[in-house]
Amino acid sequence: MNELTELASAEALFASLKTQMASSIAFDAKLVGVYSGGAWIADRLKAELHGEHEVGYIDVSFYRDDLSTAGLKPTVRSTQIPFSVEGAHIVIVDDVLFTGRSIRAAINTLFDYGRPASIQLAVLVDRGGRELPIAADYVGEARLVAADQMLALERGDDGRFSFKLEPWTR
Amino acid sequence: MLSKRNLQLNEHGELHHLLAIEGLPKRILERILDTAESFVGVNEREVKVVPLLRGKSIFNIFFENSTRTRTTFEIAAKRLSADVVSLDVARSSTSKGESILDTIANLTAMHADMFVIRHASSGAPYLIAQHAAPHVHVVNAGDGRHEHPTQGLLDVFTIRKYKKEFNNLTVAVVGDILHSRVARSQIHALTTLGVPEIRVVGPQTLLPTEIERLGVRVFTSLDEGLKGVDVVTMLRLQNERMNGALLPSASEYFSRYGLTPQRLALAKPDAIVLHPGPMNRGVEIDSMVADGRQSVILPQVTYGIAVRMAVMAILAGATR
Repeated sequence: MNELTELASAEALFASLKTQMASSIAFDAKLVGVYSGGAWIADRLKAELHGEHEVGYIDVSFYRDDLSTAGLKPTVRSTQIPFSVEGAHIVIVDDVLFTGRSIRAAINTLFDYGRPASIQLAVLVDRGGRELPIAADYVGEARLVAADQMLALERGDDGRFSFKLEPWTR
Repeated sequence: MLSKRNLQLNEHGELHHLLAIEGLPKRILERILDTAESFVGVNEREVKVVPLLRGKSIFNIFFENSTRTRTTFEIAAKRLSADVVSLDVARSSTSKGESILDTIANLTAMHADMFVIRHASSGAPYLIAQHAAPHVHVVNAGDGRHEHPTQGLLDVFTIRKYKKEFNNLTVAVVGDILHSRVARSQIHALTTLGVPEIRVVGPQTLLPTEIERLGVRVFTSLDEGLKGVDVVTMLRLQNERMNGALLPSASEYFSRYGLTPQRLALAKPDAIVLHPGPMNRGVEIDSMVADGRQSVILPQVTYGIAVRMAVMAILAGATR
């Protein structure tokens, strides 16, 4: 698994993402994390960014387009949007941007809660392989990952992030 | 029982049909309850619809009337964006002589993805599941005296909402156990989820023989059966039972087995009261209890939609 050692440290990517966002996002932008990795990142961003950033969480399971082939995920978390989406500036936060299908599902979820003023996207890693016309506004790092590999964010007991590379299973 | 289990689960151990709670492993029950938890949130939004089952066709086929159950299945299917058709078969083709399996074959030819079946005969949903095309899913919405699995699931979902854990509970199921598919499904669900003490309470004539084999304690005195319980499930006393020799009269039944505030006081102070509906006020339950602070009867109805959404979503996601 020498790819693993080539991975930039997730903490370094988080620091880079945070710097980009600090100088750009509205001070009252809402952060919406996509479960599970994106939710962890959104929590850390809220704690470490200046401003008044309310946080919500989205589980995209009910909005995915692959129910017939992939089934319903074994664990579905509850989507929690504890603020009004209507007219809000929202940043969707996820760990890895790949096909773009999760982000499409997350955008659709948000629109069922209201009409946001704007939606941006922040990700730790853009691994290429897009199947939809979706791009991130804030990217920790763009790095190609082989199609048969899965890049997964992990969170240690101390709250620190790391990446794990695994064979793709579907 | 083995064949039932095989029929409900696919080769990957996923739920393919929901026919009975009996024989389903705990992990499946817990997955349904956890998924339903997420659907509760969807139902509380202004937009109560998710696109999960877009393009799927669900047929509710009610060979026996039940407005409430049929409505909740319809709402659940619509909130998943499925196309849903409800057939009151009691008044259509079968009355012209068509067999159940022919009705199902015709609807399958219309590209049905899921059937929700209510039938007065125990086992009818099994017959349909056995003959269904491989991609078709069957949900039992109540079959004879056998089971009503989504009702059992919404009962345990409601209990978990209020009591959090199952492993420290005493639950009393009161009334006409003999004819109740609701009781059977609930008892199996509670047992599988680890409830240590389940009591059945009712007149001897309405208790099935050898009910003890389900692992329950039997009481013919309501006062004794209610002592110290955390949960009371009142069953509907079906009026048609009154005509036979099983019961003397509704008022006598109420005097011995009706849940009054005085009797409920024998249970734990924070005990909750369930009823699958429709209620007969003044027969099995006093209005003071039905509308009282310990009643969770209306939340049961609300949660019933989320539970049925979870069942349909999980079934539709099970690929064969």
